Amino acid sequence: MNDMVGIVIVSHSRDIAKGTADMVRQMVGSEVKVAFCGGNSDGGLGTSVPLIIEAINQAWSPKGVAILVDLGGAETNSEMAVEMLQPEQRDLVVVCNAPIVEGAVMAATEAAGGSSLEQVRAVAEELSAA
Amino acid sequence: MSLEPETLKTLVRAAAEQVIASTAELTALDQAIGDGDHGVNMKRGFEAVLGKLDTIGALPPDEALKTIGKTLVMTVGGASGPLYGSFFMAAGDALSQSRRLPDDLAEIFAFGVGAVSARGRSQPGEKTMLDVLFPVLETLRAAVGNPDLIERVRMTATEATARTAPMQATKGRASFLGQRSIGHVDPGARSSCVLLHAVCDTLEARQ
Repeated sequence: MNDMVGIVIVSHSRDIAKGTADMVRQMVGSEVKVAFCGGNSDGGLGTSVPLIIEAINQAWSPKGVAILVDLGGAETNSEMAVEMLQPEQRDLVVVCNAPIVEGAVMAATEAAGGSSLEQVRAVAEELSAA
Repeated sequence: MSLEPETLKTLVRAAAEQVIASTAELTALDQAIGDGDHGVNMKRGFEAVLGKLDTIGALPPDEALKTIGKTLVMTVGGASGPLYGSFFMAAGDALSQSRRLPDDLAEIFAFGVGAVSARGRSQPGEKTMLDVLFPVLETLRAAVGNPDLIERVRMTATEATARTAPMQATKGRASFLGQRSIGHVDPGARSSCVLLHAVCDTLEARQ
């Protein structure tokens, strides 16, 4: 099978991140790698750079990884996590400007068809353009 | 002013302790216009920095700053982690690139401020920590070498923090509130002020 872009879901709440990943698996299937993280290192609401890096590695694909985030800190921490990856990984990870649930489902659907990282991102980001 | 290992350790300890002592105040400010986690997040980050104090104190200043930055990035858990983390990592990079203290203090600080601005895609006037960091940078540029530099930095930080109250937030969580963000001091501006005051107080006590 061809490689597919991996999807990472980053929410301030682990429950939201997990629920979003569940929806993606049900609606798109399990052939696309989906990883999620939510909450800070104390188990409270927030996002954590080490957990985001771990999720990126879990969802890793040679075609790249698309990250979907909820609010500001999730985006800032995701961008930071991308910068802290190995240089050869860095260019293959994007943070999508899209709503987290709809964006994750649309991105995973596009990824399942074998699309490139840029196509996956574009489909997710069309949701924000409307 | 030199940055000997003991000075650096004392500065880092004072800054961390002052931030931790301000947890309740930062929480209250953030509950007014944010999500209420700034105090706890900063406390978590600076407790982690305190835990590495001996390691940090043994490093050359540029590596010490980068280690502080990376520790904050990895532990804070909110947007302030990457923002403050980027400040310290960029300032450390500036020191690595043959800039020297105290002569290049303003330029090194400018690297840090630039990194915060880039990371947050934000400019002064948007009710953020940049509304303290930029005025302090201006003061450093104008007054490095002056005997009253410390006092001027402290005053600038205090006044700039107060000036965030009438601003309307256009960045971060507070921007969701629109006009309702007006009338509250920005929590990130206040934590920057706390850090700057801790550094000023410590340097003054050592003079």
